Amino acid sequence: MNLLLSSLSQGLLWAVMAIGVYLTFRILNVADLTAEGSFPLGAAICSSLIVNGMQPWLATLLTLFGGMAAGFISGFMHTKWNIPALLSGIITMTGLYSVNLRIMGQANLTLLGQGTLIRTVESWGLNKTNAVLLVGGSIVGLVILMLYLFFQTEMGLAIRSTGDNNAMSEANGIRTNAMKVIGYMISNGLIALSGALLAQNNGYADISMGIGTIVIGLASIIIGEVFFRHLTLAKRLLTIVLGSVIYRMLILVVLQLNVDPQDLRLFSAILLALALRLPAIQEKLPKRRPKDRTAKQKGGKLSWMQR
Amino acid sequence: MDAALELRGIHKFFEMGTVNENHVLKGIDLRIEKGDFITVIGGNGAGKSTLLNSIAGSFPVDSGQIMLDGMDITSAPAYERAKDISRVFQDAKMGTATRLTIEENMAIAWNRGKKRTLARGFTKKQQHLFKEELKQLGLGLEDRLKMEAGLLSGGQRQALTLLMAALVTPKLLLLDEHTAALDPKTSQMVLNLTDQLISEKQLTTLMITHNMEQAITYGNRLIMMSDGHIVVDVSGDEKRDLTVPDLLDLFKRNSGQVVSEDALLLG
Repeated sequence: MNLLLSSLSQGLLWAVMAIGVYLTFRILNVADLTAEGSFPLGAAICSSLIVNGMQPWLATLLTLFGGMAAGFISGFMHTKWNIPALLSGIITMTGLYSVNLRIMGQANLTLLGQGTLIRTVESWGLNKTNAVLLVGGSIVGLVILMLYLFFQTEMGLAIRSTGDNNAMSEANGIRTNAMKVIGYMISNGLIALSGALLAQNNGYADISMGIGTIVIGLASIIIGEVFFRHLTLAKRLLTIVLGSVIYRMLILVVLQLNVDPQDLRLFSAILLALALRLPAIQEKLPKRRPKDRTAKQKGGKLSWMQR
Repeated sequence: MDAALELRGIHKFFEMGTVNENHVLKGIDLRIEKGDFITVIGGNGAGKSTLLNSIAGSFPVDSGQIMLDGMDITSAPAYERAKDISRVFQDAKMGTATRLTIEENMAIAWNRGKKRTLARGFTKKQQHLFKEELKQLGLGLEDRLKMEAGLLSGGQRQALTLLMAALVTPKLLLLDEHTAALDPKTSQMVLNLTDQLISEKQLTTLMITHNMEQAITYGNRLIMMSDGHIVVDVSGDEKRDLTVPDLLDLFKRNSGQVVSEDALLLG
């Protein structure tokens, strides 16, 4: 039970990051590695603001803007300078390493004895796990609600169609480059927010905490997709939260098996590789006929990669 | 009165200055009057698609001027031109966003050329309007507004794309062999729909086709391209009485080349 609650609370905090990765990976259809830099960026900004006496909730909120700035840089390089998405992400993430060190002033910044969002909630009389559950749950809920509403607006639809079909979007007068940059910004804003939450949960920010961010994010997305396919956006975002929780659970189980923590990333990498392979295997198995997929499927069958 | 579209001395090169330099459009002059429905025909590499792409702004032209309804749009980016020019591609996949629902696709088209704001993507009233428009197709799509466009068949998608292109009346409609990839029956359905929409909304249209019969049957004016030039341009009564042999004859006389019907049909 303890394990379950712990995975759930941690999973909620990580889910914000995974949702951010989803926006670029699935909605914009690009693999944006900026995540590896914007995640610790969020932790760095939040921690150093808190250490310098700012209210935790305000510090947490401000990380959104830090992440958006990072996303803007990657998006700008990708769309305006025509640098391939993978590379523009690597460039930003590399640069952010130095920026993060500057912000923290050292490689590790502790929040020992400082107020954090989690501790504020704990002071209302909850234990740590419940406090994390409450903070994580309400933030994830708010994020999903906002995204759900946003992606139904004219701009939200335009971003989705840009990622889906660039030529068609352009032919319909959508400024596709601007839409991509906005997508990058929202994505990395959320990833930084998640970094800020985890720093407060762990009680410190660390310069190396971004390593493997993208793998964790992708694994959460794919786990969610493997279990539930063909979903509308809001439900899809919920499955990412679920994927994120399941991922945490797997990690905790592995740790319980006395696996050396330093082997965890190897485990994550293997897990992602398998999760990426699984849908292709599912494809080969005979499957149930999905309901109301209309008579003719010609030209309409979607590969899972498009989701 | 301003022409719907006027092209003056359009030249387009690909890979200019390299050994692969390809001079695709060699000085195109064309004046399209409002309400014209022009069919464009020509062999492979004649420059038909390049002409359409130049008008739509997919890439800049190397020289010449493009005037749309009296406005110089030569250097306007594609998304700006999209306000007045809508298009349907040959590949049915190109015309709709696969993961968006039918109604969402229509909402994208409804806002063609407008700034995308944080207002709701579409209102109940617009949804009703989309439904009414879809009824025209007679494909039953009006009952599947929430279905992803990617699940439609090629013909259904092309019909939807066409409807979207005409949803907000464009000043110019560009059709790039939009029935070529469909089976004959579906192709005919989409063509009939095309004709119906064009005459209903009096759309100024440029339609590329690979089929001489189609080029002759539809529209009020016919253009034949060859090697980057317009070699045949017939309209009015002359176009109405045209037959395939006449057309081949005209082509031979004007371009000095002999062409078989097959070459064009396959082109």
